[in-house]
Amino acid sequence: MGKTLAEKVWESHIVRKGEVVNGQAEPDLLYIDLHLVHEVTSPQAFEGLRLAGRKLRRPDLTIATEDHNTPTIDIDKPIADVTSRTQIETLRANCKEFGVRLHSLGDAQQGIVHIIGPQLGLTQPGLTVVCGDSHTSTHGAFGALAMGIGTSEVEHVMATQSLSLNPFKTMAINVEGTLKPGVTSKDIILAVIAKIGTGGGQGYVLEYRGSAIRALSMDARMTICNMSIEAGARAGMVAPDDTTFKYLKGRPHAPQGEDWDAAVENWRTLRTDDDAVFDAEVFLDADELEPFVTWGTNPGQGVSLSQAVPSPDDFADENEKAACSRALEYMALEAGTPMKDIRVDTVFLGSCTNSRVEDLRLAADIIRGRQKDPDVRMMVVPGSARVRLEAEAEGLDKVFKEFGAEWRFAGCSMCLGMNPDQLAPGERCASTSNRNFEGRQGKGGRTHLVSPVVAAATAVRGTLSSPSDLDPVPPAAADQAGNSSTIHAA
Amino acid sequence: MEKITTHTGIGVPLRQSNVDTDQIIPAVYLKRITRTGFEDALFAAWRKDENFILNREPFNHGSVLVAGPDFGTGSSREHAVWALKDFGFRAVLASRFADIFRGNSGKQGLVAAQVAQDDIELIWKELENHPGTEITVDLEARLVTCGAIIAGFQIDDYTRWRLLEGLDDIGLTLRHEEAITAYEAVRPSFKPTTLPART
Repeated sequence: MGKTLAEKVWESHIVRKGEVVNGQAEPDLLYIDLHLVHEVTSPQAFEGLRLAGRKLRRPDLTIATEDHNTPTIDIDKPIADVTSRTQIETLRANCKEFGVRLHSLGDAQQGIVHIIGPQLGLTQPGLTVVCGDSHTSTHGAFGALAMGIGTSEVEHVMATQSLSLNPFKTMAINVEGTLKPGVTSKDIILAVIAKIGTGGGQGYVLEYRGSAIRALSMDARMTICNMSIEAGARAGMVAPDDTTFKYLKGRPHAPQGEDWDAAVENWRTLRTDDDAVFDAEVFLDADELEPFVTWGTNPGQGVSLSQAVPSPDDFADENEKAACSRALEYMALEAGTPMKDIRVDTVFLGSCTNSRVEDLRLAADIIRGRQKDPDVRMMVVPGSARVRLEAEAEGLDKVFKEFGAEWRFAGCSMCLGMNPDQLAPGERCASTSNRNFEGRQGKGGRTHLVSPVVAAATAVRGTLSSPSDLDPVPPAAADQAGNSSTIHAA
Repeated sequence: MEKITTHTGIGVPLRQSNVDTDQIIPAVYLKRITRTGFEDALFAAWRKDENFILNREPFNHGSVLVAGPDFGTGSSREHAVWALKDFGFRAVLASRFADIFRGNSGKQGLVAAQVAQDDIELIWKELENHPGTEITVDLEARLVTCGAIIAGFQIDDYTRWRLLEGLDDIGLTLRHEEAITAYEAVRPSFKPTTLPART
């Protein structure tokens, strides 16, 4: 029988196969190719190494950045919050002591840890990638087996460059067809999560397959893999193909010369064999998908934007019924309200889910030549300093600024509000991030997860909106703004 | 790590599904660089409500949390486990756990016991009708006892063994250091390294 992509990557990293001792199965010991580090989940791990007198085994397979705590304005000034500053300074001291490459605030490569791995060409097909951050699943878009780990495991990888893991089951997410204009990869993954639930992927590695996935850019594939964890799966993958190779070629750490040829030959074998069998399969019709939005307080509580807020009575399961009631109360929503009638205070375009150049382009194409709703605050936070520079080279910053949006420096920002970018209690936000948990974006804040184009359209109208709800751009404004739209209002 | 064979303590019913790690410990508490002292951070937002279960006697002395399905979803923050332990919890019972939370628990000596939802419902009723009822979590026998209720639970063999023996994971792996070195010797040359840095 053939093997799945996940099984192939797994098997090629087994340092030691777990044995069955007295009827009890040991996990496999897997080698880790790339360890990404940031300031929040590493201090206790470095301290653990120090206390045990252990070394960091492979500094040359480790890279660090500052992202969760970093401010997105006034980055040339000392960080005002003392605990945030201490955490950043601790990372800097630890990286110096253990010889870890660090991209600090102000560096052109600084940014969200899951943006910089791919950007530097360090994230490659067939690797095992870990980081003390659940959105490490992002890197699976390259056909890597990438997963979030806790701080104890961070310390374990630092000391041993390996991880003890029980084998996963495999689940195919088949998405066939063509996305309608205004529908993006964010809508695919939100629909997947609504379908299988926040626990549906527990114990599985997901593999996203099918014609709709093949047609996506790397940026769009990363958005999907990023939110695998929101479906309960520690990792999600897309088999590498020419789109992947084209993205990687010429990046700073991509293989060069003969190594490139050897790598591509190897990478082409990284696909699920035709006769391989998945433990579970899910099917989704891309043609039927509409822009998706969440109404509740977990990412599985989502509907199409054209639908209404559900009622607890719509759920048969008692736990889901109770969860719906609780979510409606927290979100201050009434069952039956059309999603498009919901007014927002803030639009956040950013996070490791949707802050790459393509995301910024898609949003800029919607707002170009249009006016922002005067009561809406819009914040645009590029995923990395490099993304910010690229966007500025294309003039996207001007589009956002003219529209009235705030153009910020790179970091995790309002996705989780560890820096000053937070929602106020009761503030409602259309956010391109990944989690609508209670208080996630600020105590008492209310989050609706959306795609970048829905975020942009919402900033124009002030209510949750899809690009197709927008009036056409007046010809004069369109001329002035150029005609680079890739997604047209229907 | 301390050895665990059985633990007995007051059960705390938390009738809620999808308790994500942002609820268990909000992000603002993750700025600390210590590994202990997170008891004040546990369910910090919910504890502002004086009726929240952990603000009520005798549940504020609880050490076995009984939660709804999909406990520990979301962020990988191990701080969630540290906060539960610092507060006094030694075990969490739920019908489904998020993978990363389950793994983190195993590393830190918090028993994440997977109990069937029907049994969870019975235990919830028992704890609500008789507040202060103790639950015994028997790791050896993989059984939980709460009043007259006796239910089996699942936990993977390796985690159970490590908890019973109180073993340090890194120490165990370093027994196989030769295998790691041997693996490194045959890694393909096209695999990337972060050093020397190229930008």
